[in-house]
Parts: sequence; C-alpha cells; structure tokens
Amino acid sequence: MTAPDQVSYVYAIGRAAEVAAAGALPAGVGGAEVLPVTGGTLGALVSRVPADRFGEAGLRERLDDLAGLEAMARAHHEVVAAAYRAGVALPLRLATVYADDDRVAAVLRDREAELLGLLDRLTGHAEYGVKVYAGGPQEDVVPGAADSAAAPASSPGRAYLLRRRAERDGRRSAQRAAGALADRVAEAASALATDRVVHRPQQGALATGPGENIANLAFLVPDDRAGSFVTAVQDAGVARPGTRVEVTGPWAPYSFATALPADAPQHGGGAADGGAGVADGAGPDGAVGRPGGERVR
Amino acid sequence: MPSWPTAGADLDPLADRQVALVDLLDRLLNGGAVLTGDIVLSVADVDLVHISLRAVIRSITPDSPAPW
Repeated sequence: MTAPDQVSYVYAIGRAAEVAAAGALPAGVGGAEVLPVTGGTLGALVSRVPADRFGEAGLRERLDDLAGLEAMARAHHEVVAAAYRAGVALPLRLATVYADDDRVAAVLRDREAELLGLLDRLTGHAEYGVKVYAGGPQEDVVPGAADSAAAPASSPGRAYLLRRRAERDGRRSAQRAAGALADRVAEAASALATDRVVHRPQQGALATGPGENIANLAFLVPDDRAGSFVTAVQDAGVARPGTRVEVTGPWAPYSFATALPADAPQHGGGAADGGAGVADGAGPDGAVGRPGGERVR
Repeated sequence: MPSWPTAGADLDPLADRQVALVDLLDRLLNGGAVLTGDIVLSVADVDLVHISLRAVIRSITPDSPAPW
C-alpha cells in the first residue's frame, strides 16, 4: 500500500475487471508507475507519488508555470488515453490526489452507484472536439490590401484608414461565415452524437491556430458511429474562404465525465436541440461534487 | 481550401499522439470526473491552477494580454 511519504494520484476509473485487464500503461505523472486499485466492483488507475511533490505545496509549485502544467497534463492524458483504449472509460480531472490507496478504494465504494451510472453512459463512446475558426493569415490581410491598392487614395492617412476598414469588414464577414458554418457543423454533428458540451472559445497565448476560434464544441459519439461522425462533420465543414473547421479526437470522454447521469437531460436526443451554442452557452449541468465555478466549459 | 497552413504532425486532426495543449487543458481542467471528499484532494483541486495560470489558460483578451 501507499507508504507514509506517498500520496495516491488517480487517473481514471472503470469496472474492476477492465481496470485489472488494462495491462501495461505508460508512466504517469512524475514518471511514476501506474497500478490498479480496487474498491467494490470498481477499480482505479493510480500512481503512488511523493507527498512532498504532489501535496498541496508541491502541486502548487508544480502547476505554477506552464511547463510544469504541460508536463503533468500530458502525463495524465497519456495514461487516461491508454486506459480508455483498454476499456477504462471514466477519466478524472487533472490533479486528483488522495492520501493513500485505501482512501481511493473507499471512495470507489462510497460513490459506486454514481460512478457506475457515469460508466454506463460513457462506455462505448468517444469524445470528439469540433472547432470552427474565422479568418486566417491569408484572408485577414490580403483583401484589404488589394482594395486599397485599387482605389486611389488622396493621402497616406486616408489610404491607411481605407485599408483598416477593409480589413475590419473582411474580419466581420469571416466571422459571419464562420458562425453560419458552425451552425451547420453542429447540426450535422448533433445528429450523430448523444451529447454535446460547449467549451469556451480558445483565445490567448495557447490558442496557436490561425484565425479566431468562433465555436469550440465537444460531442459524445457512440463508437459505431465514429466514422460517420467524422465524415459528416468534415462534409458539413468544407471550409469557405475565411473559415476553417478542425476535428480532434477520439478523446476519452473528459467533457462528459462531470455530469450526474440521474438528472442529466442528455438522454433521449437532447443533444439535437438548439443551435451551435456559438461562443457562449452552458453544457449539461450537475457536476459531480464540483465545488463551484463557471459552467461554461 | 486546405485548412492547415502551418501543417505539421501535431495538426493532424485525428492524431492523439501529440495533442494541442490548449485542447488538452480544455478537457483536463474543465472536464473529467471530479471526486471530492478527501482532505488532500480538496486542497489539491485544480482551482490551484486557476490561481496562477488563469490568464494563460482562460480567455486572454486584448485588454489583458499575456504577461510574456
């Protein structure tokens, strides 16, 4: 069991038989070995990690810079992805740490009904991300430059203003086109998905793709529809100039692991309602023990 | 039109070997099952991340640019 100077970092939960059969998994956070812990009918994949590095102070330090966060996120994800391919269907949020393996087993037993409900909902499904972008390096600048070159300007200042206006109009046009594209893509995707979550559009230093992210959606897709889902999204998302659609996945169903199955409205085709939820909106409510915070994910 | 102007292995839309960090953090910080009830967990919740890196991970608007 866990040594006194160790704590237990949990990656994913599944039925005990699947966890036990997961086999060799990649090294986890901090290079630690990943091992199964059983509690009742459930199992968890766990690393025993040094308490000083993964306790409160250690985690705070580790997550204090982007490099540390990235290393931990990628290690967590590698384990979750491998486990998911082996049938361990419920990924946990980053930095889920317990005092020891006994505590992990106790939580598995205490929350068994709830966790089994989530597993029932997620097993046999994968998550796909669908992002729609407006603009890009080419579309953004070239039309404006061409227009201002064609129209003789009375002064350098006026030429500058004309160019700026053309650029702005081009951006707005690209945003409108991308919004319409997002609606079409979301409709095609929802027809094949069993649930949908609206993530916040990606902005800022980490959003490295060209153009502006207009819609950032996640879909829960049954495995037997995965191929047709990707095809449908790509068909609906054939990009027009100034727009771009990006599909990511398959992912372990991170975005759908937070909802309580009991009161969630996702079953019965709830995913097909509404529009694309462009730029704002709420996913299904009812987080598992979520301590508060915004619901737009 | 081809939509990967800076095409590279990490932009392959369906490859999960090296996913974009921003896509990963969307999921690992906002998704995933949240289990509470343990003292260690309650202080190690990823809200810690939000304290330090919110400006990078979350929306960085033109009004509040990244500090680097």
